[in-house]
Amino acid sequence: MRQGSTSQNRGLSDKVRKSKAAPEIQKNPFEVKINRKKFDVLGRKSKHDVGLPGVSRSRAIQKRKETLLKEFRAKDKNNKFIDRRFGEYDQKITPEEKILQRFTLERQRTQDRKDMYNLNEEEELTHYGQSLAEMEKMTDVIDSDSDSEEKGLLSAELTATHFGGGGGLLRKKSAGDEDEEHKPKSRQELIEELIIKSKQEKRERQTQKEEAQELTEKLDQEWKSIQNLLAHKTPKAERKDETDKPKVLKHLRPNTEAVSEQGGEKEDDDGDEEGGEKEDDDGDEEGGEKEDDDGDEEGGEKEDDDGDEEGGEKEDDDGDEEGGEKEDDDDAEGEEEDEEGGEDADDEDADDDHCDLQSDEGSEDEDAEGAEEEQVCAEGPPAVIEEQKKAAQEAAKAELPYTFTAPESYSDLKALLQDHGSDQQCLILDRTLKCHHPSLAAGNKAKLQKLFGFLLEYVGDLATQNPPDLRTVSALIPQICGLCQMFPEAACKAVQTLLSDSGHSMEETLEVKGRAPMPDLDMLVLLKITALLFPSSDFRHPVTTPAFLYISQALTRCVVLSLEDVCKGLILCCLALEFVSLSRRFFPELLNFLLGLLHLTVSDKLCVSEILLHLIKPNELLVFYNNKHAWPVISSLLHLLCLCFRLSLIDSCLDLVKRCTSLYKDLPSFAHIFQPIRTLLLQHLPVEGYPAPIQDLHSEILDAIPEQPSQHAPLVFKKKKPIPLKLFTPKIVQILDYGKKRGNTKEEKEHERLKHKYKREFKGALREIRKDTRFLARENVYFSSFSSSE
Amino acid sequence: MNTATHFSETIMAPSTDSNVKGENSQVSYKKDINTKTDRVLQNKKHANDIFDVTEYLQSEKDKEVIFATNACSKIFCQLFYRGDLYTWDTPISDKLQCVIYVHYFHIFQETSLCALMKFVAAEGKHPLQNLDLSEHYNFPRELLRTLVEHLLSENEDMSLLISRFQEFLEMDDVRYYVMSSVRDNIYRVMGRNKKAVIPVYQNNVFALLSTINVPSSEASKMKNFLVKQECKFEHKRAFEQMWLVFLKFKLPSNMYKKILVILHESIMPQMSDPTLLIDFLSAAYDIGGAISLLSLNGLFILIHKHNLDYPDFYKKLYSLLDPSIFHVKYRARFFHLVNIFLSSTHLPAYLVAAFVKRFARLSLTAPPTSLLILLPFICNLIRRHPSCRVLIHRPSTPCDDPYVMKEEDPAQSHALESSLWEIKTLQKHYHPDVAKAAMKINDPLTEQEDDISELLELSTFELMERELKAERKTIPLEFDTATELLKSSREVLGVHFSLE
Repeated sequence: MRQGSTSQNRGLSDKVRKSKAAPEIQKNPFEVKINRKKFDVLGRKSKHDVGLPGVSRSRAIQKRKETLLKEFRAKDKNNKFIDRRFGEYDQKITPEEKILQRFTLERQRTQDRKDMYNLNEEEELTHYGQSLAEMEKMTDVIDSDSDSEEKGLLSAELTATHFGGGGGLLRKKSAGDEDEEHKPKSRQELIEELIIKSKQEKRERQTQKEEAQELTEKLDQEWKSIQNLLAHKTPKAERKDETDKPKVLKHLRPNTEAVSEQGGEKEDDDGDEEGGEKEDDDGDEEGGEKEDDDGDEEGGEKEDDDGDEEGGEKEDDDGDEEGGEKEDDDDAEGEEEDEEGGEDADDEDADDDHCDLQSDEGSEDEDAEGAEEEQVCAEGPPAVIEEQKKAAQEAAKAELPYTFTAPESYSDLKALLQDHGSDQQCLILDRTLKCHHPSLAAGNKAKLQKLFGFLLEYVGDLATQNPPDLRTVSALIPQICGLCQMFPEAACKAVQTLLSDSGHSMEETLEVKGRAPMPDLDMLVLLKITALLFPSSDFRHPVTTPAFLYISQALTRCVVLSLEDVCKGLILCCLALEFVSLSRRFFPELLNFLLGLLHLTVSDKLCVSEILLHLIKPNELLVFYNNKHAWPVISSLLHLLCLCFRLSLIDSCLDLVKRCTSLYKDLPSFAHIFQPIRTLLLQHLPVEGYPAPIQDLHSEILDAIPEQPSQHAPLVFKKKKPIPLKLFTPKIVQILDYGKKRGNTKEEKEHERLKHKYKREFKGALREIRKDTRFLARENVYFSSFSSSE
Repeated sequence: MNTATHFSETIMAPSTDSNVKGENSQVSYKKDINTKTDRVLQNKKHANDIFDVTEYLQSEKDKEVIFATNACSKIFCQLFYRGDLYTWDTPISDKLQCVIYVHYFHIFQETSLCALMKFVAAEGKHPLQNLDLSEHYNFPRELLRTLVEHLLSENEDMSLLISRFQEFLEMDDVRYYVMSSVRDNIYRVMGRNKKAVIPVYQNNVFALLSTINVPSSEASKMKNFLVKQECKFEHKRAFEQMWLVFLKFKLPSNMYKKILVILHESIMPQMSDPTLLIDFLSAAYDIGGAISLLSLNGLFILIHKHNLDYPDFYKKLYSLLDPSIFHVKYRARFFHLVNIFLSSTHLPAYLVAAFVKRFARLSLTAPPTSLLILLPFICNLIRRHPSCRVLIHRPSTPCDDPYVMKEEDPAQSHALESSLWEIKTLQKHYHPDVAKAAMKINDPLTEQEDDISELLELSTFELMERELKAERKTIPLEFDTATELLKSSREVLGVHFSLE
């Protein structure tokens, strides 16, 4: 009943759908739904005033049937059988007709293909899919699909027995058997026989393999015992691939002997080339950094050195292996040997190219290995070789390892660098940088970033130690620069921290005591390094601007009590001048301080009160020549030295003033700035007592500073384009959607629109899903009732 | 000394002979004092033991002295309460005060001070003589006077003890009598010294005076008495007189600074007539330097609130401006005040221009922290006084700077005819903020004044921190890579110094 109604419905809807535009449907009041409008808007055409719910519903159902229902039916099914025989699903054709049609089709196909020119026979007869004609020819070509020959036999039989094969195969088999046994074996027996055979084969293969292994090992050992006697690299031909190793093994022994005989002549010639080859060969294992070294800018000389070094190193390696003549080395060396040893162990473990490698190494050694060879083969003068060997050992001892662990803490770095000369420290750092280059491993970047901070700390330590080791600091500069260029951010952070710490401590001392001592040498060095690393001419820079402030603070707030303080102050002045030399920026504190220093040279205190002197107490630190006494009485050598020191300080001070005058001569208030200095130099400085160069300097400065300030144009504002008057034309805004929220910005409107759209789409999707489930449920009911009725 | 035998001796004959007490061990003197104290308190007969106890006060052992002091205070307080004491036993109090004198250790002075104050309290409650009732109060003024005398020592620094004494000054009557006795004391001592400077004494006085705080509303909260009394004190008057007497005499210069720092906050508001300070302040203003700067504050209050007319105030202020103002500790306070003084728009243009020009000239030697105050300040002044705009905008031909720096009188300085080339110079200053602030004079100034109040306390390190904390995306590096410490393209250091 129900089924009937649905089918009826379907029929109707089909009809409706097919004749969608049919006017009678649109006219049919039962099909039409009129969408009532509240208001009539003039000039607006409405599309949806009349709807056809029946039509649209049927259309939707149809669509679901085509898509959803098909998917639903195929759900949880991976595949299905499709009978492609002709007319299988066609119910219109009768079975007889079907068979007839199929036969003709078959005939046509065979006809069309290969038997086009076959005149005598209509068709080929087959049995089990194989052509009978073929079989009668009795060609027993057994195609074996396996690659290995020992398997091939097996598989032929296997295929024969397992798959039965055609009659021909069986027949052939039985024919073969007839000669020996004359009675057919049962299938069971055949299988057993097969199993036994295969097992036997397996065992044979096993023993063969073991034998080969044993042979290899034996050969290895023998090889090892003689390889040290070789001073010559095995010819390339011998270094063959792993695949045909057994063959190599068999021929290796005579070859090596031959090599050892001819080794003596060859070694000198081959040494250099092999060095290169060698590096290529085991570059992965130990030579990564070596290659880097060679890649450095040091050029040809360096490479030769490397060759020697390698020789030395190799010797140590071999000493290790031989177990006999290993010498005690210092810690660094030991460390290196540990690494090397580890690598050797690796080599032995990975027993693939072990033999080759060993031969390489053995032949690699030049001088030292020659000595070993000497003992056995008795070639060459023993004393010379002995000496060479010693020298190489010495070199090896002094030689630095190639790899360094990146220091994790400051003490690590200190331990690493201490007790080395400055050149070696550079080398150590260079190598550390090379082995921890960020491109080599993931964690290296962080390690090196930390290293920069440690290095600065180390430099500070070098500067504070007594006596300060500034040469090393200077030598380390390229490394510091390199690091800084690699990690500007980390470098910036590190320098900033040091500056801020020092500035903070100075501020604290100032607050507690009111005065602070001059910064120590480490800070001065740091400031200098800052000037080297970062551009001081930038208008604003995260490092140099604080450094400026630090210098300013030191020059204004630090008290000068001794000649040492004067010296530090002059260094600060030099730094300040360097900082501003390119940008020619004005540094008032610098001039104040220089003025203050010049005041120290004056013995009469008349002028002091009138001019600014906050922190430089009016003492006579730099007074060299006093008017009251004719000449300072030089009582001792120390006194003389002291006087010389004072003179040199005065000289530097005046020179700095001179540099300042040339630096600032373009400033509008140049004369006003330098007036106090001019007054002092002109009226109070005891020039007469100074040596001639200082007097010259003095007069030069006085020439540079004009007596009268030069004329300047009064200040005026910058000329500006006049701002146009405001115009009162109305601003026109296009209103796109009436009645909607206005006044929003474009983005907000767009956002609103999208939100609205999303909401509608979401609702629509929900509705569709609901309809889908309803449709599927209906189909389920229909299907179940259909099957139950069947 | 063999302690074991000595110990047995003391047990055998406890405290019979007071003359050997100096040799007593720890236990014995405690016992001795205790028994004697008990005996004195039990019976009047043993009153002479008091002398034995007081002997201990002069002992050389610290613990004995402390113990004896406590014992004395116990005895006498008891006696006071009982009313057994009729005449004040002056030698004893003298001895206690001796303790204050003799012992340098703070702790003795403290205990004896407390003991003495207990006596003061006890005596106040139980007066020795029956005074006539017509007098409203009875307070042991004499005792307190001697105490103050010792506190204001001429030879020693008593600041620790004075800070201890501060807690007694919480009490209104004590404070009042202390104030009056201090006044008398100053008169006496300074008169004796013929008005010369006595730094230690004056330090002590200052320490004591600065701890005295008169409560603001006088009558309402006078409830905190050492001795119960029903009377009113003219605290403010006493306070005022005390200070005026102190300030009347010549003071060391650091004392001036100390006083001037607290003057406007803790002295002037508590005086009934602050105008009386004018002599002191004008004298201080004339001294010059930092003292003058500090006295500005007091003067300002007098001018502002008390209608004081100070002739040539601005002239003097003008002469105060010298390079040292940027380096003194009181820079922030000074600029704050100068800002206030020059805030009036009724000042003549020549005056403001002179100030502006002078500030500009001084800025050539100033550190960046001061410049960051100074430049907005100058801009503010020009904004307030549009007639000074010629200083930064005068289209005319080049000329010499007509400004006369050495002229004391702002009217004669020709500042209005000058121009601020100094600010132009500062546009090349090394600090970016300073340079930016100086750039502002290139354009017509905006109407809005810059707020300088938060810049006043700026220190160099804060400036540095500002720079350090700023987030930067990229850090530019020096273009030339360095190879050696003293080898760069613009080497100055290497010319004068070399690596050892």
